[in-house]
Amino acid sequence: MDFLPPDFTPAYPEIFLLVMVCVVMLVDLLVGEKSRYVAFFLAQFALIGSAVLTFTTFSTDISYTFSDMFVDDPMSDTLKLMVYATVAVILIYSRTYIDARGMFKGEFFSLTLFATLGMMVMISASHFMTLYLGLELLSLSLYALVALQRDSTAATEAAMKFFVLGALASGFLLYGMSMVYGATGSLHTAQLSGIIQSGAIDHAVLVVGLVFIVAGISFKLSAVPFHMWAPDVYQGAPTAVTLFVGSAPKLAAFGFVMRLLVDGLGEMVTDWQGMLVILAVASMAVGNIVAIAQTNIKRMLAYSTISHMGFVLLGFIAAGENGYSSSLFYVIAYVLMTLGAFGIIMILSREGFECENISDFKGLNQRNPWLALIMMFLMLSMAGIPPMIGFYAKLSVLQAALSAGYVWLTVIAVMLSLIGAFYYLRIIKLMYFDAPESEAPIFPEPDIKALISINGIAVIALGIFPQALMGLSLYAIQQSM
Amino acid sequence: MLFGFPLLSLVIWLPIVVGLIVLAIGSDRNILLTRWLSLIGSIAGFIVAIPLYTRFDPTLSSMQFVEQYVWFERLNVYYHIGIDGISMPLILLNCFITPLIVIAGWEVIRERVSQYLGAFLIMSGIVNGVFSSLDAVLFYTFWEASLIPMFIIIGVWGGPNRVYAAIKFFLYTLLGSLLMLIALIYLYHVSNGSFSILDYHQLPLPMMPQIFIFIAFLLAFAVKVPMWPVHTWLPDAHVEAPTGGSVVLAAILLKLGGYGFLRFSLPIAPDASIYLADMMILLSLVAVVYIGLVALMQQDMKKLIAYSSVSHMGFVTLGFFLLNDLGIEGAMVQMISHGFISGAMFLCVGVLYDRLHSRQIADYGGVVNKMPVFAAFFMLFAMANAGLPGTSGFVGEFMVIMGSIEVSFWYAFFAALTLILGAAYTLWMYKRVIFGAIANANVEGLEDISKREFLLLAILAVAVLWLGVYPFPLTEIMHATVDNLLLHMTHSKL
Repeated sequence: MDFLPPDFTPAYPEIFLLVMVCVVMLVDLLVGEKSRYVAFFLAQFALIGSAVLTFTTFSTDISYTFSDMFVDDPMSDTLKLMVYATVAVILIYSRTYIDARGMFKGEFFSLTLFATLGMMVMISASHFMTLYLGLELLSLSLYALVALQRDSTAATEAAMKFFVLGALASGFLLYGMSMVYGATGSLHTAQLSGIIQSGAIDHAVLVVGLVFIVAGISFKLSAVPFHMWAPDVYQGAPTAVTLFVGSAPKLAAFGFVMRLLVDGLGEMVTDWQGMLVILAVASMAVGNIVAIAQTNIKRMLAYSTISHMGFVLLGFIAAGENGYSSSLFYVIAYVLMTLGAFGIIMILSREGFECENISDFKGLNQRNPWLALIMMFLMLSMAGIPPMIGFYAKLSVLQAALSAGYVWLTVIAVMLSLIGAFYYLRIIKLMYFDAPESEAPIFPEPDIKALISINGIAVIALGIFPQALMGLSLYAIQQSM
Repeated sequence: MLFGFPLLSLVIWLPIVVGLIVLAIGSDRNILLTRWLSLIGSIAGFIVAIPLYTRFDPTLSSMQFVEQYVWFERLNVYYHIGIDGISMPLILLNCFITPLIVIAGWEVIRERVSQYLGAFLIMSGIVNGVFSSLDAVLFYTFWEASLIPMFIIIGVWGGPNRVYAAIKFFLYTLLGSLLMLIALIYLYHVSNGSFSILDYHQLPLPMMPQIFIFIAFLLAFAVKVPMWPVHTWLPDAHVEAPTGGSVVLAAILLKLGGYGFLRFSLPIAPDASIYLADMMILLSLVAVVYIGLVALMQQDMKKLIAYSSVSHMGFVTLGFFLLNDLGIEGAMVQMISHGFISGAMFLCVGVLYDRLHSRQIADYGGVVNKMPVFAAFFMLFAMANAGLPGTSGFVGEFMVIMGSIEVSFWYAFFAALTLILGAAYTLWMYKRVIFGAIANANVEGLEDISKREFLLLAILAVAVLWLGVYPFPLTEIMHATVDNLLLHMTHSKL
């Protein structure tokens, strides 16, 4: 029997990144305490290299490999490029923060790169097993990252909580997948719809499996009622890790939902739409209302994430190219806003001072008007006020939901975002209307300052010119369906 | 477009760009540069707006100075702007008021001057954008964006209770706007993917959707106008805002609501508008009469003028929903005239406030003895506010009353009560503040208005008198557009 080696081309970025993670780990063992930055640069190089590889293999057709378990399509390339960019920005934002807290070590970089690899595998999976592998690689790296600050009880507690609940969710997911396998005899996303369409299967088993899968998904998205981990992990983890947990994995989660529900179980769209409606409404309601009561900025942003995920789900509920591409656009906009918000929190944190309470933003306009302006853009964007990108993201998911006939869902979403506007406004109020509590000067490193400026301007510039991102989202979805 | 030159875009973007430059100057060290740059920028903003009037063809009812470019294809959104006889006067009013705001804050604002002036200039451009947008997303973008500078202005430079007022202002108006957003997305859906407001005008709609759309728009515009019973944010915002903020709020931002009725509610949902006209008239009359009575009881001058604004804006909505040309044109004249008068009234209160730091009527008395020139100006504006013939306040109110008598005697009767109530609350306040013996040592120390203040009040006095004596240039512009609107409304969309 001939052994045909699989076509490695579609997986070049993943392979390259895996090699580079190993290099980072080895090099970090060899270099001394003073040359830790080598790991930083190697990590950045790994991301750039993967980006180049992804970019050069970017094509409009869909190619499968590894016995059809791995797929490379425009959607996966788009998402991966976003993930690289996000992780690279996170590493730059975190640099001084982790340095001041004794975490500027090889572990931080190798774990983030492993997590990145997990996300890439998730995004490119065309088989439920691959999907699960990617998810576990991501999750395990995240658990370790959260616990990286060993002396912090809050971080350890958060990591425990994250791990236990995450393991439970993975269990749900696997159980659901096994039921799907039991009903259909296949886990290939491309084959599932044909098998389900043929009608010779037990629909009830499939629906039960679907329920478990949706539960697993909503844990990853931190959608209500599977959101309990998010506030604790956001608060307990070091801010650099919180930023990581809150940003790039949401891009991967988008790919995850697309692969599982749309590619795999697209035939059952009417079944999962109903479930997602409940999740979306609950997420938007709980996220927006509970956020008002928060005094910890990281906790507040956790609830804000929950409500944003409700909006992302609206796009999935709307279904079709219009809906999915709107969701993708929303996720990208969300990641951009989250990066900026946590970036500013890290700039405000210094050695021995953790910016955690929303009162730490008091009088920021007097201390540093430029940072205050950027933070105002970010908050207005999250609240969905034009001309920030957040508004156009909301506009596109809302029009998708309304076009799909969900008029009441749209009305509820809009009313809940009004409630949400209040706590974003409160941050602006603290920055602009109140007197500062601390006079400590804020001097971000030049590269961080430049990057946060670009981030803040992007939030308004991509809002004024949203066509590029919206067009890209539509293109990625259209070419991959 | 004029010789291919995007004049209207210039009117929108010039103040915004100047505002951004002013913001970028930043620190208070270059305070003079900031002030002069803002002044030159705002006057330039007014000068470039003048050709909109001189080159406007009043015989046309269609949009003029139209510019249309693709903004983002994904949702079929265009950068589509143009003006007609309804929006043009409002743009001119806005460009006219902006330099006055800059002058009004000249020596008064000493902290974070660049942010203050920058916010006003940016807002001026944004408001021009609202009045000229012909694309729903563009309109909504400008509409919401106008909240941000005002929120900052009230919150940073306002009075003691500014935070409450700023947040109330923001959330209240956001509530209305979000419902409008749903209506716009719905219209996008039923028009098969168009965000063009002019397309919506021609879109046939059954009665139930029309009513829902009308109500969604009503909430957005009623909050902005503001109509009774959603007016409660206005007195708070006015009392706490700095003088410049109050002037812009009363003179310009309230007009956004009135404009919305003419651009959206009436032409998009004509059958619902006719069906619900009686309700709208009733709400307007409540505002006119009841809020007039409330104004009578105020102890705070700014609050009194704020309530008087609500009452006068009740006249505007009353005029619109009479659905005849006298009513609508009268309401338009009333909007412009209210812009001048309320702006002037707030400036007058500002003059007093800058000196004694009190807005309480009881803290004043006998001001005429110390500030005779000021008292004369204040007298003129108080009379105009009360609707004295010969001032602009009379023209609009008279036209609306004439329009309402065509519909019903009782509408006219209640509307006319405002002439009595308006005179009562305005002149009573005037008497208590200005006349009588010198009330206390603070008043004894007052100095009459400076040249800067004289200039401000004189410009507004000329405007008030000119519009009162010769309103023809204003009514001439809007005549064709209003006729066309009424004609449009006679065709049912059902």
